[in-house]
Amino acid sequence: MIHFILLISRQGKVRLTKWYSPYSQKERSKVIRELSGMILTRGPKLCNFVEWRGLKVVYKRYASLYFCMCINQEDNELEVLEIIHHFVEILDRYFGSVCELDLIFKFQKAYYMLDEILIAGELQESSKKTVARLVSAQDSLVDAAKEEANSLSNIIAQATK
Amino acid sequence: MLALKQLHDQESKNDKKRRLHSSCAGHFIKSHNSNLEQLKTIGRELAMGSQGGFGQSKEFLDLVKSIGEARSKSEEDRIVLREIETLKRRINEPDIPKRKMKEYIIRLVYIEMLGHDASFGYIHAVKMTHDDSVLLKRTGYLAVTLFLNEDHDLIILIVNTIQKDLRSDNYLVVCAALNACCKLINEETIPAVLQQVVELLGHQKEAVRKKAVMALHSFHHKSPSSVNHLISNFRKKLADNDPGVMGATLFPLYDLITIDVNPHKDLVASFVNILKQVAERRLPKTYDYHQTPAPFIQIKLLKILALLGSGDKKSSEQMYTVIGDIMRKSDTASNIGNAILYECICCISSIQPSPKLLETAADAIANFLKSDSHNLKYMGIDALGRLIRISPDIAEQHQLAVIDCLEDPDDTLKRKTFELLYKMTKSSNVEVIVDRMIDYMISINDNHYKTETASRCVELAEQFAPSNHWFIQTMNKVFQHAGDLVNPKVAHNLMRLIAEGFGEDDDTADSQLRLSAVESYLKIVDEPKLPSAFLQVICWVLGEYGTADGKYSASYISGKLCDVAEAHSTDDIVKGYAVTALMKVYCFERAAGRKTSLLPECQSLLEELSASHSSDLQQRAYEFRAILDLDTNAIENIMPLDASCEDIEIDKNLSFLDDYVQKSIEQGAEPYIPESERSGTLNISKIRNHNSYEHSTHSLRFEAYEVPKPVVPTNIPTTVTYPTDLVPVTVSEPSYQPSVQPTWPLVPVSDAGSGSVSGSSELKLRLDGVQKKWGKPTYSSGASSSASNFESNRTMVNGAPQPDTVISKPHAPRQSHVEVSEEKQKLAASLFGGTTSRSERKQSGGATGHSKVSRITNPGEDKVRPATVTAVVQPPPPDLLDLGEPVADTSGYSSTVDPFKQLEGLLDLSQDVNAASASASAAATTGATASNDPDLLSLYSGIDTVGNQNLTSMNGSVNPTKRTTSLTKGPNLKDALDKDALVRQMGVNPTSQNPNLFSDLLG
Repeated sequence: MIHFILLISRQGKVRLTKWYSPYSQKERSKVIRELSGMILTRGPKLCNFVEWRGLKVVYKRYASLYFCMCINQEDNELEVLEIIHHFVEILDRYFGSVCELDLIFKFQKAYYMLDEILIAGELQESSKKTVARLVSAQDSLVDAAKEEANSLSNIIAQATK
Repeated sequence: MLALKQLHDQESKNDKKRRLHSSCAGHFIKSHNSNLEQLKTIGRELAMGSQGGFGQSKEFLDLVKSIGEARSKSEEDRIVLREIETLKRRINEPDIPKRKMKEYIIRLVYIEMLGHDASFGYIHAVKMTHDDSVLLKRTGYLAVTLFLNEDHDLIILIVNTIQKDLRSDNYLVVCAALNACCKLINEETIPAVLQQVVELLGHQKEAVRKKAVMALHSFHHKSPSSVNHLISNFRKKLADNDPGVMGATLFPLYDLITIDVNPHKDLVASFVNILKQVAERRLPKTYDYHQTPAPFIQIKLLKILALLGSGDKKSSEQMYTVIGDIMRKSDTASNIGNAILYECICCISSIQPSPKLLETAADAIANFLKSDSHNLKYMGIDALGRLIRISPDIAEQHQLAVIDCLEDPDDTLKRKTFELLYKMTKSSNVEVIVDRMIDYMISINDNHYKTETASRCVELAEQFAPSNHWFIQTMNKVFQHAGDLVNPKVAHNLMRLIAEGFGEDDDTADSQLRLSAVESYLKIVDEPKLPSAFLQVICWVLGEYGTADGKYSASYISGKLCDVAEAHSTDDIVKGYAVTALMKVYCFERAAGRKTSLLPECQSLLEELSASHSSDLQQRAYEFRAILDLDTNAIENIMPLDASCEDIEIDKNLSFLDDYVQKSIEQGAEPYIPESERSGTLNISKIRNHNSYEHSTHSLRFEAYEVPKPVVPTNIPTTVTYPTDLVPVTVSEPSYQPSVQPTWPLVPVSDAGSGSVSGSSELKLRLDGVQKKWGKPTYSSGASSSASNFESNRTMVNGAPQPDTVISKPHAPRQSHVEVSEEKQKLAASLFGGTTSRSERKQSGGATGHSKVSRITNPGEDKVRPATVTAVVQPPPPDLLDLGEPVADTSGYSSTVDPFKQLEGLLDLSQDVNAASASASAAATTGATASNDPDLLSLYSGIDTVGNQNLTSMNGSVNPTKRTTSLTKGPNLKDALDKDALVRQMGVNPTSQNPNLFSDLLG
């Protein structure tokens, strides 16, 4: 089970956090501080896993962004590494050549996507296509809603003139 | 309007999106041609509203930007605090437009993400979930799932909304509600939604079914009893038409199988069958991940099989073929292929061993260890640790690789290797391994791992110690460096060992052991910063045996003990131990007939403790003072020499009180009636309660208050009505079982008092409950060489001379290659007990490995295997997979093509075309190859083909190959330029701090 996901930039700035196990706000800050200290300082050729408080943290660096997932002792690290990559590929597909900036300004989109990939700390969907379909379904809903709201308000405005 | 928005929209960066929007736009313009003027104005407004195209206000973008440009954490904090102030003010204003509120909520999420408290706005997020608009509702749900943990007070306000939304017609609303269920529903609120979630298992949308399954999985985590009765539902879902739902079902099934394997043994055939079909690429192409067919599903299935096959020969035999196939097929060049391989090894090591598979697993491990990648080495070490339980010899061929990993600069790898060493410790290599572990333990700061290493050292030392002497030395080291982290039980074990010695009648060896312990402690005791647990041991041993040998005078030992008490004046427990030890030293001296007087510092210590705040210390001090006045005879009785191992007989009948009781009865007191008799004669429950109540009104109550019962969620039995048709035979109702709590926790006072006088049964020294681990058979082999010549014992491991330098200087810098390998070889020899020479090992590593692997299995099994394999190859088609909806249903599915799918088809043409052609060919091949296996899984590919053909025919005019090339991944110049332009427009300066901000994550 994945306990939490952190996206941290190379400068230690938090880009995204998602907690599947209960952590209080205080613990969260502590975890982030501890882990960014551990992970950002690791050399490039070392393995992508860190043992931490009886759990394991699997991380992978993409450009200047570190994707970290904390998992149980008995989980398969290589698999989690691929789950990270799966997530990044889906982000990439959605944003089109995703870069850190996309995640900075549209973090809520990334959250929505994450909710389609992982649920309750487990991988719920391993088909990129299915995820893309669900996300675009939600997006079109958003567009439709905007449209409707605007046209309504406009009609009202016209009528009251 | 949308059309005009598009005109102003700078956001659309790629062709995919532009195509979507323009096609929609065309449609739109046709129907609203008349209002063109009007549209233009709105379009302008919209464009102004969505500055920068990110759909958020300028203000928010500025915030994000300024935080991005903050040069220090404190600057960032200042900005966020200012933002919090603004939001606090704004969010409570009346009549905030909903769109504005939505943005405020997103801003709260952002603040919280940066580690600040946004709890002032939680209630607004909760309110937003109540909104009718799907858009706002979704934002609300996102925010609450990010803000709240399952035990938050506000959850109760959301449960109602979730209930309502689970019934919604819009499947996206249902999905959002299910997402929230997983995070927010806790044990108490599960019953409120369980029924609805179970019903959603039959929803027509696969996304909903999948999320419903996952929600049940999360319920299982919170309260395992809540979903136990749903096993039949999960079994049905295993045969779901959608592979995503099937994959999700594996999670709750895994949970249930983890709890109890036996009721699920009949599923082995189904799981094997599914795994086989997955491995044969019978799932739709979209589930492929880097050319590997549905690897995540494969891994989960292997995990389940590992559980089912553990210790079950019959089930295991069904799996051998498929696991062998998967291992052969898996791609060792890709990461995901290795992930599957690793999972296969885990499975093989868990199920009933098969010689052939063990051999394959050993080969795979060899490849992992040989790899340059640290990740694979790590996995290899881990896998080795698993396999070693079955075939202990396998480690030998990898000894050099293991030692390399042990000396690797990568801490993670090093720790994993220590874990492996821990697993392969025997009496022959325990000294080297434990010494290494202690060295490592000293070098790290991480308390968590330090504790773990310390307890491992202790465990190994207890199990495998070659001599008591070594054990004590090792324990000293562990205590010295991690004393406060180890279990206090360990300290008692150590004292017990020193007291009991060998447990034989070898008095000289015992006293030598004690003397050496005393000597080592006297050396250590003056060191600063000793952990409390260790000091307790030291004080006890010095008190008990400090003067026993006559080597050290009583005043010397007393002086040391006083020093300890003085130096650790804040630690009452240590002081208690020290005073009692002083008392013992004094008593032993007196008993031996020597004239003794208390040292002045000892006197002053007694003075001080007599006025101590701790009643325990006071008691000890007064007891000591009382003893000072007694004569030699009495002292001998109170403090017999070396009597810590003698049992103290406890008179449970309290017969010494008989006289007193007799007297009281004669004076008219009521005789005591045992409780059992009392309950036998009367229907007491009422009367006794009544009595105790009466009593409490006019006298003190002496019994402890009842343990407060946790509040029973009263709605469990009333609101939950499980669908009876879905319930399997055994329904386990979640019923509250009151935990049995002793209502009389008090120990008879008189007992404790009499115990404390004879120092050996001090409260902290009750050894009767401590399990006797010491004295394993491994010890007897070392006994011949007697603990007295410890040094020689240590250097002679396995009869091979082993220089001490290996142990004391494990991290000696490598100077030349030859030298290093020499040292390594020695280490290897001591670790693995291998007597093979280096050249031999190098040349015949693989070959000997194979023969060893096959040797460990019993020869009988070899003969059986071929027959069983052929029998297993064709299992009867499991009827389970036929449980799903009839095949005819799918035709209905394919005829009503999902409109969103069509949209997506426009977006993602290349993929679909590829998938269509591929899945068509896959369908063709499956059609050809499918024999008598249940062919349900090939349905998936069938569906896909139909859907995609629809799409391709709709877009027949587009040239697929051309599109493919333009959409391929990689550093796309146009995209990059678009993005750059966009960002410049927003005023973010890319070069300021992090030039990488724009670099393609996958590039």
